[in-house]
Amino acid sequence: MGASIIFYILAVIIIVSAILAVTSKRMLRAATFLLFVLIATAGLYLLLNYHFLAAVQLSVYAGGILILFIFAILLTSGAKNDRTEPEDKPKVLLGILTAVGGLVITGMAVLKHRFLYSNNPTITGDQEINMKLIGNALMGTEKYQYLLPFEVLSVLLLACIIGGILIARKR
Amino acid sequence: MFSFSDLTHWIDSSLRLWMNDGWTLFVEFVLIGVMILVSYAVLALILILVERKVCAWMQCRLGPNRVGPWGLFQTGADMIKILLKEIVNINRSDKFLFRLASFIVILGSVLTFGALPFAKGLQVIDFNIGVFYLLAVSSLGVVGILLAGWASNSKYTMIGAMRSGAQLISYELSCGLALLSIVVLSGTMQLSEIVEQQSEMWFIFKGHVPAFIAFVIYMIAGHAETNRGPFDLPEAESELTAGYHTEYSGIQFGFFYLAEYMNMFIIAAIASTMFLGGWMPLHIPGWEGFNGAMDYIPSVVWFLAKTGFCIFMQLWVRWSFPRLRIDQLLRLEWKILMPVCLFNILLMALVVIL
Repeated sequence: MGASIIFYILAVIIIVSAILAVTSKRMLRAATFLLFVLIATAGLYLLLNYHFLAAVQLSVYAGGILILFIFAILLTSGAKNDRTEPEDKPKVLLGILTAVGGLVITGMAVLKHRFLYSNNPTITGDQEINMKLIGNALMGTEKYQYLLPFEVLSVLLLACIIGGILIARKR
Repeated sequence: MFSFSDLTHWIDSSLRLWMNDGWTLFVEFVLIGVMILVSYAVLALILILVERKVCAWMQCRLGPNRVGPWGLFQTGADMIKILLKEIVNINRSDKFLFRLASFIVILGSVLTFGALPFAKGLQVIDFNIGVFYLLAVSSLGVVGILLAGWASNSKYTMIGAMRSGAQLISYELSCGLALLSIVVLSGTMQLSEIVEQQSEMWFIFKGHVPAFIAFVIYMIAGHAETNRGPFDLPEAESELTAGYHTEYSGIQFGFFYLAEYMNMFIIAAIASTMFLGGWMPLHIPGWEGFNGAMDYIPSVVWFLAKTGFCIFMQLWVRWSFPRLRIDQLLRLEWKILMPVCLFNILLMALVVIL
């Protein structure tokens, strides 16, 4: 009862701010509405007792990527003209096509996937996943453990950092 | 030792006698929210008075001494004044973002404030990932500062906001790494567990040299996070009038002011929880009588005393050192604190293994 009320509040916040983020004419406002979407999504994770993902959502998306967005907007467009130009027809069509494609892929993934809790009644769904379990899964080398992807991602990030420094040095 | 969980359980069970579960939860949510906001405001008022008194003492002045005995009601009067002040509308500013920015800054620090363990059993929510949660939500404040600087549509605020963004993002790294070395030592991120493990000895003594280094680095980086003292470039009054909150007036300026002081409290509280044992009394292994005597002092008093000590050190630094230049500020972080922090984590791992 209480959980579903909180869920509906969060869902309304997510939908309204997502629509506002897309329709807003000013880029910084769009970024701010995106911040609301991200924070409310972290709220959904908290509601699901998935605390780790909620904190990651806040620190990576709301605290990291969004600040990067805002910095990029402030550095590129300046303080004066941040209004978006009216889009031309092909761009709008392409955008709609991409959105529909994304919806289809996500819908397929959600509907096709056999969730762990749905067909295994022995697992109680309300429990919080222990931090140690996540850490071992991330740093282990056995089956269903993710050391190699983790390291590959960190190499990718290192390449990004070096690339960023190179671009910045050219000026 | 008195545990506040007895009190909260009594409130919970007596509420459940009167109404069903949903309403009990609702009433408890409201109660907790009101408690947090009231203690937030009251602590900020006390801190502002303390800051003015300590600053005056360090400069051989008296400080506020007219309103009430020893000027005790000065900040209360200031609060009433700031609530009555007019909120000025700025022409050609983005009104929505301008209003919103101060709330985002407050939001970041209230979320952090809520998860602190104030005393035995007195913690709103005890996450399994407590330390990570604190770091995650405290990074929200930067967005508010950047928005405030941009939405005011003024060059001073814009420069202040950009400086503040660069400073906060860089110093967050060493804050996180310093706390990480304590997580390595304790093996958990749960705040209650971390405090519980310090019942033998506080981590600053238990962790030998690396814990002390981490404490010093955390205090420096945390101080920079609050935009105060030698790190107050974002609001350098001699260059930028008041930095990112130049254009704000009335209670909206008050929000920024409140958030600054509460961030100072939060940094001190996290430092005392992670390094100085939080609400845990001073225990020395083997000294049974001494430990028993220490247990008679309530846990809230321990927490507030340690936090007060950390706050006093921050004030001391603020009123002693001249402001850094921006290149010195960034060099201090990226060339000194960060490498020392990374090395310190290795050292801590060695201490834990040996």
